[in-house]
Amino acid sequence: MNKTKIKITNLYKIFGNNSKKYISSVRDGMSKDELLSKYNHVLGLDNINLNVEDQSIQVVMGLSGSGKSTLIRHINRLIEPTEGSVLVDDKEITKLSKSELLEFRRNRTGMVFQRFALFPHQNIIDNVKFGLSIKNLEKAVSNDKAMFWINKVGLNGFEYKFPNQLSGGMQQRVGLARALATDPDILLMDEAFSALDPLIRTDMQDQLLELQKNLKKTIMFITHDLDEALKLGDRISILNGGKLVQDGSAEDILMHPADEYVKNFVKDVNRAKVLKIRSIMNFSGVQNNSESYVKANDNIESCLPKILESENDLNVFDDDNKFIGLISRTDVAGILKN
Amino acid sequence: MNLSELFLTFPEMSKESLRMFRKSVDGAYRNFSREYGDTIEAVFDPVLYFLVWFEKLLQNSPWPLIILAILILVYLGSRSIYLTIGSLIALLLIGYFGMWEDTMSTVSIIGVCTFMSIGLGIPIGIAMSNSDRARAAITPILDVMQTMPSFVYLIPVVMLLGIGKIPGLLAVIIYAIPPIIRLTDLGIREVDKEVLEAADAFGANKAQKLFRVQLPLALPTIFAGINQTIMMALAMVVIASMIGVKGLGQPVLKAITNQYFTMGLLNGLAIVALAIIFDRVSQSFGKRLQQHRSGSRE
Repeated sequence: MNKTKIKITNLYKIFGNNSKKYISSVRDGMSKDELLSKYNHVLGLDNINLNVEDQSIQVVMGLSGSGKSTLIRHINRLIEPTEGSVLVDDKEITKLSKSELLEFRRNRTGMVFQRFALFPHQNIIDNVKFGLSIKNLEKAVSNDKAMFWINKVGLNGFEYKFPNQLSGGMQQRVGLARALATDPDILLMDEAFSALDPLIRTDMQDQLLELQKNLKKTIMFITHDLDEALKLGDRISILNGGKLVQDGSAEDILMHPADEYVKNFVKDVNRAKVLKIRSIMNFSGVQNNSESYVKANDNIESCLPKILESENDLNVFDDDNKFIGLISRTDVAGILKN
Repeated sequence: MNLSELFLTFPEMSKESLRMFRKSVDGAYRNFSREYGDTIEAVFDPVLYFLVWFEKLLQNSPWPLIILAILILVYLGSRSIYLTIGSLIALLLIGYFGMWEDTMSTVSIIGVCTFMSIGLGIPIGIAMSNSDRARAAITPILDVMQTMPSFVYLIPVVMLLGIGKIPGLLAVIIYAIPPIIRLTDLGIREVDKEVLEAADAFGANKAQKLFRVQLPLALPTIFAGINQTIMMALAMVVIASMIGVKGLGQPVLKAITNQYFTMGLLNGLAIVALAIIFDRVSQSFGKRLQQHRSGSRE
């Protein structure tokens, strides 16, 4: 397990003019609805505790209004917390001075927005260069860096076009290149792919995973789409009404949903596609002499034919082709049955 | 009986007190203008110097050179050959009917007023867009400037500075500056919140946000304000001529008092011609500034 990159502790956000005044009632358990009807203040985040691992993709999921966009904006303090702490590499973000905060945003974080938020009056290369020009980098250097990232996201030839001349998917590639150009170690992606149509979205997800293999950024990814969350997330946090209701791996979320809300969220998911053999296999038993085998890290769906064809339990090998256990048809039936 | 009387006639101030009130305000202002008139006039000296220099430059240069310069500006601004040819014809007619000198005077005062309105108006507009408090304080002042009949504020200006170019300049600016202030404020406030958030997220400070994001995106709106300012300045030419500003307004004024119909019409048409040229050039220039908004997709 990697070290913790971002550590969020007891974070509260109340929207309204007198937010500090009501923090103690919220801490004593006043609900979101009660706070709204009694004091006309909105509870955005309610005692969030979350550790984000270094170089991992942390997905934050929830319906709209659950506070996920609010949460991600606390990492670079686009929203000021009412109370609580956000540590990045053991540095307290909530206590940074104005100029320290600017430095932090310039060098440490990059952000990608749901509706792209490109600068419509600048061409693509100037858009990608924005973060670099804010840092007053030498022109030749920032040009080279911008061109590198434009090529990396596959937009070479478009550098002198304007944003509204590109399709949505291409615009978001510009958004991604712009966020990566300053080489930040933290990437904040706020529903970055939600506005794209399904084919392009899948394409962008694949591209992000491909990039991440080499980049190894710490990525905080907001989405309301469970399939996207399961595909991208090393860990998934689920927010409901400003509260963190569950935080775990995709497997945890699917196999042990914390409450009804999460259960509802995951009920339509194709488990066989998401879960790996590892999560339903039997780690005991003796290797049989059948030729056929499956790998522990394969997903269940891709192994279904083999499992169904075989009369007996099937051998399961790990990545080094070592026998680690058995899987039976009944194991699979159990997961498909729910 | 007594009560109905109270409702029928307004309980007004006594004639005596009203006269005293007017007298003391007028007297105080007169004393003020006697005391500080010269100082305030001295403050405006550089502006006056520049105005006179600019007017002389326009009037004393050879007319073909001036026409050429104007046509080049028209073409650079509008990129329209028709407008350039139209402007040429209008300018030649103006000269042929003997209005060249007055027209140059008008162009010079409009030019100086426009530059001063831009120079003062844009910073004020930026300040307004920055704070709701500043906006709440400035908006009623702009309302007064736009609706107060200009003769009313001409009185104190003339009392303070006498008759001449500077009072005229002030009167024109007071009348013409509100649109550029309002539209600068509006243009900056209209900038997409998400784009601003993106600028914030990349660590842009206030100045960087203003000059790299807000002003460029507000520019088309600001330009609409500049266009309005020029038009309103031209509309003030006749009134300004009543306090001694030379230009096309003076013959119009003369025509009104003496019922010289043709003289009034010709000079009036010259003002219209200037207005159309200024308007079309600044509008098409403003439109070209927002080309990025309508760029075609390939």
